[in-house]
Amino acid sequence: MAQLIKNNAVAVDTWKTLELAEGETPEAVALPEGDIIFPFAVWQARKAEIISRYKRIGLLLQPDEPVEEIAVDLDYFIVVALNFPKFVDGRAYSSASLLRQRYHYQGELRAVGDVLHDQLFFMQRVGFDSYALKDGKNAVYALEAGFSSFSDSYQTSTSQAQPHFRRRA
Amino acid sequence: MYKYDAIDRQLVTERVEQFRDQVSRWQSGELTGDEFRPLRLQNGLYVQRHAPMLRVAVPYAMMNTAQLRKLAFVARTYDKGYGHFTTRHNMQFNWPKIEDCPDILAHLAEVEMHAIQTSGNCIRNVTTDQFAGVAADEIIDPRPLAEILRQWSTFHPEFAFLPRKFKIAISGTKEDRAVTWFHDIGLQLQVLNGEIGFRVIVGGGLGRTPIRGQIVREFLPWQHILTYCEAILRVYNRQGRRDNAYKARIKILVQALGVEEFAKQVEAEWAHLKDGPATLTQAEYDRITAHFSAPAYERADDIELPSEKAFARWVHRSTHPHKVAGYTAVTLSLKQHGIAPGDITADQMDLVADLADRYSFGELRISHEQNIILADVKQSELYAVWQAAKAGGLATPNVGLLTGIICCPGGDFCDLANAKSIPIANAIQARFDNLDYLFDIGEIDLNISGCMNACGHHHVGHIGVLGVDKNDSEFYQVTLGGRQGNEAKLGKVIGPSFSADEMPDVVEKIIKVYLENRHPDERFLDTFDRIGIDPFKNRAYEGRAHGKAKAAQKEAA
Repeated sequence: MAQLIKNNAVAVDTWKTLELAEGETPEAVALPEGDIIFPFAVWQARKAEIISRYKRIGLLLQPDEPVEEIAVDLDYFIVVALNFPKFVDGRAYSSASLLRQRYHYQGELRAVGDVLHDQLFFMQRVGFDSYALKDGKNAVYALEAGFSSFSDSYQTSTSQAQPHFRRRA
Repeated sequence: MYKYDAIDRQLVTERVEQFRDQVSRWQSGELTGDEFRPLRLQNGLYVQRHAPMLRVAVPYAMMNTAQLRKLAFVARTYDKGYGHFTTRHNMQFNWPKIEDCPDILAHLAEVEMHAIQTSGNCIRNVTTDQFAGVAADEIIDPRPLAEILRQWSTFHPEFAFLPRKFKIAISGTKEDRAVTWFHDIGLQLQVLNGEIGFRVIVGGGLGRTPIRGQIVREFLPWQHILTYCEAILRVYNRQGRRDNAYKARIKILVQALGVEEFAKQVEAEWAHLKDGPATLTQAEYDRITAHFSAPAYERADDIELPSEKAFARWVHRSTHPHKVAGYTAVTLSLKQHGIAPGDITADQMDLVADLADRYSFGELRISHEQNIILADVKQSELYAVWQAAKAGGLATPNVGLLTGIICCPGGDFCDLANAKSIPIANAIQARFDNLDYLFDIGEIDLNISGCMNACGHHHVGHIGVLGVDKNDSEFYQVTLGGRQGNEAKLGKVIGPSFSADEMPDVVEKIIKVYLENRHPDERFLDTFDRIGIDPFKNRAYEGRAHGKAKAAQKEAA
């Protein structure tokens, strides 16, 4: 199990991600009870049903699923989870930047998948605010050191809208 | 040159501590090898054939003497007493221990140096013209914008894990000396209707699939440099291929989409970023530009130099026109015959630092041709500089000549190499060791890469040599007619590859064809363009067994 880091602490994860078993299709898969993070394909196929059945809705995007496609739906989501199939796959950093900066998504933005200590600083800067740290990794040390690698930054980002050169005294 | 302020120092220092922590977590097993690899690469640390290799950045080629002396200290203390200058404004140490690297980086941080993003799939060291700020043909000094790009690209949170490496070059001269047509982004500064801006070239690169870049925007005012690069990087980060490392560079994406469609997407992305907070301010441009103000030149006139032959030769090859009267830019050749091109010993580093302190305002540059430049030498002191450089093995008068070879470390050091490159360079240097002959041959670029990754820029050599691996043996493919500069283009392969032993003969045959056919005042490239590749090809393969005869020869052996 991944360890959820949220609000500067290890948190209990109340969300379950719907996974399609072999042979199941987005159109036919049974929708379970509870707080569910739906894969993009299920959301696309069952949008009306999901909206009518669930008060709290989560969405999972893979790196090749463009955020533009859900831009108009963002108000429905409590959680948007962006998957890192491998930590060296950096597409979700752009997805996160766009969700926060261009589409002004205000809900929880969660990094899932191959989420490791040494990328937390970057993730935080592009706008993630929860992190499903990979199983077996040291969450306590990640909280202590992973978010504070650098005390300032040059560029604009979600967490700092002004570049350093505009913040000079 | 640029001097760090509080944030620059802080970030570099924090980087050292971050890396120290990463090394220690890797040693304790908390970080797996696969998890550590991209982290160490983004600190320039490779694991090579014999030992790790640490690649230190020399941003846009500028260095002061404290920095060079520190590199000498590192070479003596942690390496075997020498270092190697690469073709992209870096110094590589070939023999450090991984566990020493945090300490090495801490030493470097003391003099405002680092190894940040010198490798890995991220934005690499920004490169430019080695004569920036002093060249007589300069339109705009590219260094302030290069420094602004350095800061912007350092720890950019969105672009730390790109599909592949990403290299930016910027030039501000009439004659392009920064190979801008062969970078992921090439920026050519220019003035249009009194406004400073730049042309944006994207998707060039050497390597496995050499492609000349294409113009994505003819002119963009300087204020938009960061937002526009950001738009290009975002399109690439999202759409560049990640399924195949050999097809992951932006050049492949630009080819796949077509430059019009690619430009359309960049412009669409940029429309959102344009005039946003990342737009450069005049105040910031001025603040950075102030770091690159001209040194306190004395009033001097251009002078008549001593006519001593050896000195005159060196002056002819090693000096470059300066925009200030009475001054000249001096190139110190790191291509002494028989030494690995680009290598420099710790003692030579100290000597160069002394020379720079005494004769060139305490600063120096390195070139992508792997030489060192003292950019501001008074003509009246050239003779003294020559004598001191000569005594240190730094005055071989072969800059721009056949033996001033650009060469990667090759199979002697590099894990990626298919073949050795240094011994080929040395064998060619030995063959053309006669200075009269070398001068008679005249201007010619010979570039050697030990594999198709093309660190030795063989595609743009007038004569290019590429090491290839055939059935576990090392062979060399020869290209002709490549060139850098405004008319940059790729060389053409002349035919089947040669063995290492054949290479000096092959080069000599090519040179002979040129000498026999040249018109007065024609350089190698001029003759080549006039007579075409066939005479060279025919001579290179003359009397060489091929087809059945070659098979028979092999059989007999």
